Amino acid sequence: MNPDHPNAEWSAVMFDILRDAGIGLFTHVPDHGNDFLIALAMEHNDTRTLLLTSEEEGVAICAGADLVGKRAILCMQSSGVGNCPNYLSLAKGANFPILMMITMRGDYGEQNPWQYPMGEAVDSILETMGVLNFKVERRDELEKATLAAVDASGKGQKPAAIVLSQKFLGAKGF
Amino acid sequence: MVKAPKANIDRRDILPQLFPKPEDWLFVSGLAGASCDAAALTGNGPNLYTMAGTMGAAVPMGLGLALSAPDRDVAVINGDGEMLMGIGSLVTVATAQPQNMTIVCQDNSMHRETGNQTGHTAGATNLETIAQGAGIISTMTIFEPDEIPAAQAFLADAPGPRFLVVRILPTMPCDFKRNFNMAECRVNFRRHFLENNNSSDNRN
Repeated sequence: MNPDHPNAEWSAVMFDILRDAGIGLFTHVPDHGNDFLIALAMEHNDTRTLLLTSEEEGVAICAGADLVGKRAILCMQSSGVGNCPNYLSLAKGANFPILMMITMRGDYGEQNPWQYPMGEAVDSILETMGVLNFKVERRDELEKATLAAVDASGKGQKPAAIVLSQKFLGAKGF
Repeated sequence: MVKAPKANIDRRDILPQLFPKPEDWLFVSGLAGASCDAAALTGNGPNLYTMAGTMGAAVPMGLGLALSAPDRDVAVINGDGEMLMGIGSLVTVATAQPQNMTIVCQDNSMHRETGNQTGHTAGATNLETIAQGAGIISTMTIFEPDEIPAAQAFLADAPGPRFLVVRILPTMPCDFKRNFNMAECRVNFRRHFLENNNSSDNRN
């Protein structure tokens, strides 16, 4: 792992909160915004990672973990949210408390026009499918939003997403 | 269109032959006929989570179960249409390599639930070779009843994850009225599992 990674500091904070909450399985579709978090989960003995072919698999995998009392998270870029609504029937209809970590594209300073359509649809998709939306726009919101999502999807039994905006992550040049 | 080989296995009695002790397994079943047959197998037992939507989700849900309950045998029962809609999940299973996971795909080469429309496996598509290409370690296809003992041995002895395609006759599935309350089925499965597995980190 590269300690100079721009996301190293907050990823470590987020990872500790997630691990302390008993989240043991980190499913992911690779993204620059989650790669340090995933590297931490790969390295730690209490956690394992699982590479997906498409984001909706992560919804079902997290539901499977919940069936036996375990906790998992789906980490993905905002475009992947568009692959998930049908499987989020498990959240909205069956009360599986799916937890997600979403790194935004297409919101603040985005230069790739292909990212805007899905980026702009994330909030409404989450709301429509009954997933609570905990936004992070500034560094000082990270701990509270992560804890809120972890607690909502834990004892609260509600599907929840930590949504990291490009205002927080920074928009990449294109 | 390439014609698929003829199948002579009746879906309504194959699962009890493959799973003579269903209480020893944790099951997830995909939508439509697969869930009817799986519910008949277990008497809609709390060791089975059946689906009637989220087409394609059975394999990844079974994978989450298998990785989270590594000491239990986990089986996914699905159909060919369900399998193809979530076909990428075979790749994810192959990468994760859960040794305790078995997938039984009942392939009737059609979409019976929606009116018997022809499916891809009626033509050139071969699910077993797709699974091999995905990297699933153990794969098998059976067409005839006299191959069932070999399939039983495959489920018992082949290293996991295992992918078994059963080419079935185009009959109706088992006539079994299962519980469609998806939230109640979740609670029943969790409660039964957690009461029977004294998990120290049961948080809910």
